[in-house]
Amino acid sequence: MNRAMLDLWVGIFVVAGIGALMFLALKVGSMNTVDVKDSYQVTALFENIGGLKARAPVKSAGVVVGRVSSINFDDKTYEAEVTFNLDKRYSFPTDTTASILTSGLLGEQYIGLEAGGESVKLKSGDRLKLTQSAVVLENLIGQFLYSKAQEEPQKEGTANEAQ
Amino acid sequence: MSTLVRSIAGIGRRTLEGVSRMGYATRFFIAALMRSGTAFRRFGLTIREIYFSGVLSLIIILVSGLFVGMVLALQGYETLQTYGSEEVLGVLVALSLVRELGPVVAALLFASRAGSAITAEIGLMKATEQLAAMEMMAVDPVARVVAPRFWAGVISMPLLAALFSAMGILGGYLVGVVLIGVDEGSFWSQMQAKVDFEEDILNGVIKSVVFGIAVTAIALFEGYDAPPTAEGVSGATTRTVVTSSLAILALDFVLTAFMFRGVS
Repeated sequence: MNRAMLDLWVGIFVVAGIGALMFLALKVGSMNTVDVKDSYQVTALFENIGGLKARAPVKSAGVVVGRVSSINFDDKTYEAEVTFNLDKRYSFPTDTTASILTSGLLGEQYIGLEAGGESVKLKSGDRLKLTQSAVVLENLIGQFLYSKAQEEPQKEGTANEAQ
Repeated sequence: MSTLVRSIAGIGRRTLEGVSRMGYATRFFIAALMRSGTAFRRFGLTIREIYFSGVLSLIIILVSGLFVGMVLALQGYETLQTYGSEEVLGVLVALSLVRELGPVVAALLFASRAGSAITAEIGLMKATEQLAAMEMMAVDPVARVVAPRFWAGVISMPLLAALFSAMGILGGYLVGVVLIGVDEGSFWSQMQAKVDFEEDILNGVIKSVVFGIAVTAIALFEGYDAPPTAEGVSGATTRTVVTSSLAILALDFVLTAFMFRGVS
């Protein structure tokens, strides 16, 4: 093994190692399955997005029809502005409802689209008006406890009357 | 009575021998560090050793990484699907590889592939009196033979561990996404969301550097200290693999306890 070959192999090794480190650090940057040129962009405002992440799937009737491209905070309405790309093959009416749903009990969150009855179709840059926020477990429990607490005195009242 | 006394004396002697061997090892390690100027001034020597311990270990590291990742994805999917959370498969594979399996398994493979070779080579150099001949020619064998191998091991180990982890994640991707059909976007996006650069990847690299130091230091010392006979060299090679494997696992526990203490 001469010197030049040795240098070459060690060079390949070091480059491959650093490449592997870069791969680990960047984790294959953009792996969008929906290509930007074959899709149209739609935005929607949500009161609360819960644990939604960029590149989460957008599903309609359980089928993946697009991906979330970015999530921003709108400081005028104090709501979350979610931008997502939808596949060009599928068109939706303008009164489509977007809701943030969870797959499984502890699964990841995704956007579910439910088509309305309008005949005008969504086009790139449109904003969905009908949205439904993510269900926050703490609020749910809070509401439940609140309604329970309201029920209690009534029950006692009826019990007293019976006596 | 005398057998009892002799056995007690034997315990004491073995303990003393062990402790003084430890002291000799420390002195040897410090000497190798102090005289590693040659390893950098004549970097060709180190490059040669990187070829022998790093490049020649590539095949075993890449293939095992791929299979470990594939097995992780299969096993992880089995368990995760019962909870309906297959999307976190990417997170499971990436975190277990980057934090633990990458550095540890790569270091264990490195110890048996490169560490044993280093010990056998230096032990044989000693047995055939090449080291003594170097000293006769006023060439310092620690600077000329030991230090380049040490730095080659320290440089190779993190690169091998990173390659192992990367191959493992690719293997997990192949089985999880291509074979089983976990959603590709979720696989990568959940992984990116959960794997932290400093917390996970950098700590993994630190681990592999520490393992690299431990494995090469043990291998070099066992070779340098080997009795100059055929049995001596074979015994030293075995001790290298056993001691460095134990050292890797023990160090891994200590490092993990320091790095991931109650962090989510």
